[in-house]
Amino acid sequence: MSTAAALALGDDALVLSHRLGEWAGHAPVLEEEVALANIALDLLGQARVLLSLVGDEDELAYLREERAFRNVQLVEQPNGDFAHTIVRQLYFSTYQRLLYGRLAAAGEGAGAGAGQLTGLAAKAVKEVAYHQDHAEQWTLRLGDGTAESHQRTQRACTALWRFTGELFHPVAGLDVDWQELESDWLASVTAVLERATLTVPDGPRTGAWSAGAGRQGLHTESFGRMLAEMQHLHRSHPGASW
Amino acid sequence: MTAVTADTQEAYEAVFDAAVAADERIEPRDWMPEAYRATLVRQIAQHAHSEIIGMQPEANWITRAPSLRRKAILIAKVQDEAGHGLYLYSAAETLGTSRDELLDKLHTGRQKYSSIFNYPTLTWADVGAIGWLVDGAAITNQVPLCRCSYGPYARAMVRICKEESFHQRQGYESLLALSRGTPEQHAMAQDAVNRWWWPSLMMFGPPDDESSHSAQSMAWKIKRHSNDELRQRFVDICVPQAETLGLTLPDPDLRWNEERGHYDFGPIDWTEFWDVLKGNGPCNEQRITQRRRAHEEGAWVREAAAAYAAKHGEATP
Repeated sequence: MSTAAALALGDDALVLSHRLGEWAGHAPVLEEEVALANIALDLLGQARVLLSLVGDEDELAYLREERAFRNVQLVEQPNGDFAHTIVRQLYFSTYQRLLYGRLAAAGEGAGAGAGQLTGLAAKAVKEVAYHQDHAEQWTLRLGDGTAESHQRTQRACTALWRFTGELFHPVAGLDVDWQELESDWLASVTAVLERATLTVPDGPRTGAWSAGAGRQGLHTESFGRMLAEMQHLHRSHPGASW
Repeated sequence: MTAVTADTQEAYEAVFDAAVAADERIEPRDWMPEAYRATLVRQIAQHAHSEIIGMQPEANWITRAPSLRRKAILIAKVQDEAGHGLYLYSAAETLGTSRDELLDKLHTGRQKYSSIFNYPTLTWADVGAIGWLVDGAAITNQVPLCRCSYGPYARAMVRICKEESFHQRQGYESLLALSRGTPEQHAMAQDAVNRWWWPSLMMFGPPDDESSHSAQSMAWKIKRHSNDELRQRFVDICVPQAETLGLTLPDPDLRWNEERGHYDFGPIDWTEFWDVLKGNGPCNEQRITQRRRAHEEGAWVREAAAAYAAKHGEATP
């Protein structure tokens, strides 16, 4: 597996895990404290495996600057309200499930180089299937719940839509049919949004700035602040072990 | 409902007393004295609330955990606490109350949670100190509850104690890494232990002669040991552990008493204890405000789930 690919997928998982960790103690119902923490933990586990393929996981997480992170901009978006978090999860977990599904399948029978990635993808696809189910179930409840929940969810769908094109910007070292991945993603997300009585946003899915920007280390403004919080303690004690 | 006559009341009481005396478990459908039921609801609810409020001081460090391994351990721990809260609310519900009702009592200050969670987590080492001392004290308190006379509570405690022991070891191990780390890390660990030691000793509750519920709870076998007995047991466990950690405990009066076979320790500041209990601790306001806010801001989500369930013919939770 290429370093670029491990870093891209590892950073996605690391950053989204961090955002979900911010929910601890703030969730709307206790069951969601458990669920959001559980998803955060799965993603953190994936991040640790992927980053370790590249180098030292802590060095990579704590000592890189914002411009060196390769995650898509979608995962760094602030949590917003519960609907915003759920729609971000729906968009991302659908992508992850389709991608890891393909990587796991492609790895079977492939050469030794594919081994680490196949192993990770095979394990991760089970986790992300659960994440996607969770996001889908909540999208249905929020979209087809009350007028207020519908409105909030529709707003979230639209606000996050423009970050979804980047998911299909090819990642070096991943032998995936990105166009097919994208059309499968669109079909899957469209079906869920329609069942949830939501309107599929009609705005652009990529702008000049967001098309592949995160993968090139170009991030949104809140990301730097997120990293400052995440890295501060580690950076304050150079060389220390914890 | 049929009225219970004096005669049957006495007969029921006799059966209940005999079951407790024989160390049998009382189960939800069994007759029990109203005061026993009320005491259990109060204690289990307070225990559940403590798990939920107790997520806050630790969650405070999730986004700043200094390594990915520690971060994973911390998220898993906070997740377990939410799970423990859920078990305990379920155990309380077997006594005829509801989670909503109990949460409402927490939010309006009519039910308490452990006073320890009104202290702030100021450094990363506090997370380790909470694991070692706060979870350690909780386990010392809770292991005897695995034999509590009320079945659902006892069974919840068996599961909870297993997970708590795991957290406690991880906390200890985290403090050990700090203590053996750089001088700055060692100082951070010592400072955390200095701040958490006395509040941890207060977790066992007021001294035996001022503990209003103790005698009755012991007679009903809800409680098996007195506050002071458990506190002494905890001190005896912690002193050698502190030595292994290479950290000191902030008590000049702490010394081995050959005659008693226990460690003697200095006086606890009960004024501070009662102050924190009355709501005047460093974080009381902040903790309850955050809990209330999470609940209020989540209202539209719960309403959406209920509306969806109604539309689609699901049973409402």
